[in-house]
Amino acid sequence: MVTAERVWDALAEIPDPEIPVISLVDLGVIRDVRVDDARVWIEFTPTFLGCPALEVMRDAMAAKVRELGGEPDVQVITDDSWSTDKITPAGREKLRASGFAPPAPRTAQPLQLVELQRNGFRCPYCGSTETTLENLFGPTPCRSVRYCNACRQPFEQFKTI
Amino acid sequence: MSERAQKLLDYADDELILGWRDSEWTGIAPSLEEDVAFSSIAQNEIGHARALYELAARELDTDADALAFDRSPDEYRCAPLVQQRRMDWAHTIARHWLYECADEIRLAALKESDDEELAGLAAKMDREETYHRLHAQMWADRLRGNERFEEAVRELWPYALAVLDEPLRPRLAERTGLSDVSGFQPQTQRGTVTDDLRRLWEEMTMVRRSVAGATW
Repeated sequence: MVTAERVWDALAEIPDPEIPVISLVDLGVIRDVRVDDARVWIEFTPTFLGCPALEVMRDAMAAKVRELGGEPDVQVITDDSWSTDKITPAGREKLRASGFAPPAPRTAQPLQLVELQRNGFRCPYCGSTETTLENLFGPTPCRSVRYCNACRQPFEQFKTI
Repeated sequence: MSERAQKLLDYADDELILGWRDSEWTGIAPSLEEDVAFSSIAQNEIGHARALYELAARELDTDADALAFDRSPDEYRCAPLVQQRRMDWAHTIARHWLYECADEIRLAALKESDDEELAGLAAKMDREETYHRLHAQMWADRLRGNERFEEAVRELWPYALAVLDEPLRPRLAERTGLSDVSGFQPQTQRGTVTDDLRRLWEEMTMVRRSVAGATW
């Protein structure tokens, strides 16, 4: 018998394809799960629209539902309902522990470059806030590259969106 | 085709072709940081194109790939600004900055749209585009006063205006501090298909045309 709870548990086992330390549930990209008999609807909110891992995530969710004996219907919701604020506290801790600085909270005002350039973003390795922006862009659309002047270590910063 | 579908294709074509143009810097940008930046921006613009094509595809009963790759070059509706192939760095930054300024205005208008689906997508795109704008502005500030850059901005300005519908053009003049929204030049207008675009079309549709129905 497929239940929403079992589906959520199964989805919590799917790692993010590009940052495998964090699960899709930790990432907060699953907005809703509804179950009607064997039919399972999942509302999935992509992180960045240019993320090449979207198909992989969608297919992985569908596969998990099939493993439970359900018929998946994964709807991709392309509105502004996902934000980096949706990453769970556990997810943020997992990111930090593996060298990714978790995103700063979303602000009411549009981001300014000076805010990103100044100190205050914490190095995930040594905890110092003496860090500088190296590049707004990184190896995937969701990450920037910063440099820690205290421990002299470059690190990846999750972008706030 | 409905006005909505046409508008979606105009926009999707802009983002797709600009994404291809940005990706021309992959591997050969002036610095590693810019190589990463333009590659990442390219990837994101093409992601936006896909989302816009998908909205149009539902209305036109087709799919995003068919809209992106199965039309003839004459059917593309992208603004000539994005059609121009890889230029020198001054022109590249001038186009990047002008396009992002125009795109900010277009997105602001779409976010206010009564079309909830489109307004929602515009809001999401706008969050992501913030980073493109910061990058473009950073470079525009750095190159301001440089003769080659200023000349490139002047040259591309009529093309940038043509990205937007006429009622939005005064906002672009205000946003960029450039004046004269009147200068109509036929070769800058949306609907014009340049030789640069034809060459790009040959390249970007090559696999699709040579192996019909290929998946990977």
